[in-house]
Amino acid sequence: MGKDANSGNAGKKSKKNPVGKFFSGLGNDLKELGLTFTEGDWKTKVSYLIMGFGPLMRKQFVRGIAYLALEAVFIFYMASFGVHYLKDLGTLGTIARVLNDNGTYSYNDNSFLILLYSILTIIIICAFIFAWRMNIRENRNEEKLLAAGKALSSPKQDLYSLLDSHFDKTLLALPVLGIFLFTVLPIIFMICIAFTNYDQKHQPPTNLFSWVGLENFQNLFSFGEQGIGSTFFTVLSWTLIWAFFATFLTYFAGMGVAIMINKKGIKFKKLWRTILVMTIAVPQFVSLLYVYKMFANDGLINTYLMRWGWIESRIPFWSDPLLSKIVIIVVNLWIGIPYTMLITTGLLMNIPEDLYESARIDGASGFQMFRSITLPYMLFVTGPFLLTQFTGNLNNFNVIYLLTQGGPYSMELSNKAGYTDLLVTWLYKMTVNDTNYRMAAVLGIMIFAVTAVISLVVYGMLPSVKDEEGFQ
Amino acid sequence: MSKSMKTKRTIGNAITYIVLIVISFVWLFPFVCLFLQSLRSYNEGGGGMVEYLLPKQFSLDSYAFLLSEESQFIRWYGNTLIIAAFVALFQTIVVLCVSYALSRMRFKGRTFLMKFWLILGMFPGFLTMICLYFLLKQFGLTQAGAIPGLILIAVASSGMGYYVIKGYFDTIPKALDEAARIDGASRARVFFTMIIPMSKPIIIYAALVAFMAPWCDYVFASYVAFGYSDSYNVAVAMQRWVWTNDYQGYFTRFCAGGMLIAVPVTILFICLQKYYVEGVTGGAVKG
Repeated sequence: MGKDANSGNAGKKSKKNPVGKFFSGLGNDLKELGLTFTEGDWKTKVSYLIMGFGPLMRKQFVRGIAYLALEAVFIFYMASFGVHYLKDLGTLGTIARVLNDNGTYSYNDNSFLILLYSILTIIIICAFIFAWRMNIRENRNEEKLLAAGKALSSPKQDLYSLLDSHFDKTLLALPVLGIFLFTVLPIIFMICIAFTNYDQKHQPPTNLFSWVGLENFQNLFSFGEQGIGSTFFTVLSWTLIWAFFATFLTYFAGMGVAIMINKKGIKFKKLWRTILVMTIAVPQFVSLLYVYKMFANDGLINTYLMRWGWIESRIPFWSDPLLSKIVIIVVNLWIGIPYTMLITTGLLMNIPEDLYESARIDGASGFQMFRSITLPYMLFVTGPFLLTQFTGNLNNFNVIYLLTQGGPYSMELSNKAGYTDLLVTWLYKMTVNDTNYRMAAVLGIMIFAVTAVISLVVYGMLPSVKDEEGFQ
Repeated sequence: MSKSMKTKRTIGNAITYIVLIVISFVWLFPFVCLFLQSLRSYNEGGGGMVEYLLPKQFSLDSYAFLLSEESQFIRWYGNTLIIAAFVALFQTIVVLCVSYALSRMRFKGRTFLMKFWLILGMFPGFLTMICLYFLLKQFGLTQAGAIPGLILIAVASSGMGYYVIKGYFDTIPKALDEAARIDGASRARVFFTMIIPMSKPIIIYAALVAFMAPWCDYVFASYVAFGYSDSYNVAVAMQRWVWTNDYQGYFTRFCAGGMLIAVPVTILFICLQKYYVEGVTGGAVKG
């Protein structure tokens, strides 16, 4: 929980201004609402209750009907659906199922549905208040226009404005709706799940789950027999170590390869590049699953090393915790180098050649030039890229899961975590294998907290961000 | 002096060549192995893992199996192709719309939207799996309907990945828009007849990336199509071949399937490599 609170504080500090703005904006809004009511004519006043009444009376039929329909749909939704679920939000249901006389069960309350639809309803209420506010503003604008002796816009003009001055609304309507339904709503839902006991023993529709407060977070940070604190920190530290090595090793190695390919006098530049790029093109599940088999106990590598007499017994690449971690990082180099090679190639060419020329005249060696010209320039330009790479690697599911599935396992780790599990693969396993949704949700929030803290801290330190204004 | 520099440079180049050759070998090795194993006859080791690399008896057994009635491989391949094509199409359209609105238009809530999406992106995608599954189930888009379901999920949230294309739009001078608008063109007209044709390279990049992603989609695809093999995509189906030990005989088949997937995708990728490099480089610099 400590981390969560931290990120909250950090957020608040930087958002002090926006929060203030929000409240002053709210104040102005309320003032305008009152003004509109006192200064408005009777049509406007009725619009406070019956949305779209004003526009209708002013012969703005399309807008008026749209507002009216909106209100009708909202009332219908609330009465037939919303209230029914919203009233159970506090308890998440009391009776899961009832035994009928004929021995069958009929299902009653479903906690999952209650929670999901309650959240949906709350959001719809907020949206409705927003629409109601727009309706008031619409009235005020119309009154102003009429008072000034201007004509109100016709439906045709409205339609055209959706392709011109309001084109953003047309463009963003569907994407925003999609993101709302399939990202925002599920995320709010899962954040709520972190405060319930939704797990194997509490599966709707046969059983109910209910609010448990901070119990899951306490569980995550308790180090006793029952708690999973030590496992959590083992996984967290490996996640951070992995992200660090995966990001910086690939970055420097990729840059090295790019420098080699771009070196003067090296031929077939395109061939080398294409060979490396093959690993980006071939779907990861093909290449990674094959590599996984290559390193297996009976895989090619062990077999050949044995045959050549280099080793006595097979190397347990996937069953030794340390070895498997190393192999994963090495295999990730294989995946990642081509990518950084491509990116750095373009950037390396941007470095002015005369910088190197003058350094050469001063008698600088190749390494010195790299350290004092190439590296600072590259770090400056690719700072944001490194940050996104790092946060991407924190959640790099494919490499870990396709190679080891998180293994090797041990009795020392609880909740079926393995030594190479990242937080995100652990979350996946909790969801799919254990149906331990409560802890999966907590883990998800933790991943968010870690990503957010790292992003905020590092982003502020990036030189290219600090100097952005001057640079442009 | 100049002679010693020359020899020094020659030696340096020689070393570089050696390193590059070693690197090429390492990078190609798994693919060569994959190819060779896919050609191993079923009579050797029953299609399982063997202790040598070069097949003793070359044959197309595994390919024949995949293309026969016996396996559903063609169906899985078709599923993946359909998903990839639709995702590439719709995702590109969505991202183009969002990018244009955010790059060119200044409206209330624009920065809020961008910040909000940035924060949303910090939540791990798998967190919401059960909720998404439930939502899809409400629309009948799981198991038998998994294909449209997967397309829907991939497209629905794609608006948040606007960074690269918006960055590209930002580099197109605004003066062009203004000139067209003074001539009476609407925003929509500017978007369709000016900006989109000018952005061909980045559109190809976006479509290519969107097209390649579904070939690797294991996580969500296996969850949504669970237990209904008609809806599997290649990643889900072949994953089972490799991980389930009863399927030992499927190792060469996995290799053959891998080749059938890797070859077309790789050729497509190499053809469009130029655009990919452009997009990736531009995206990295702008963050």
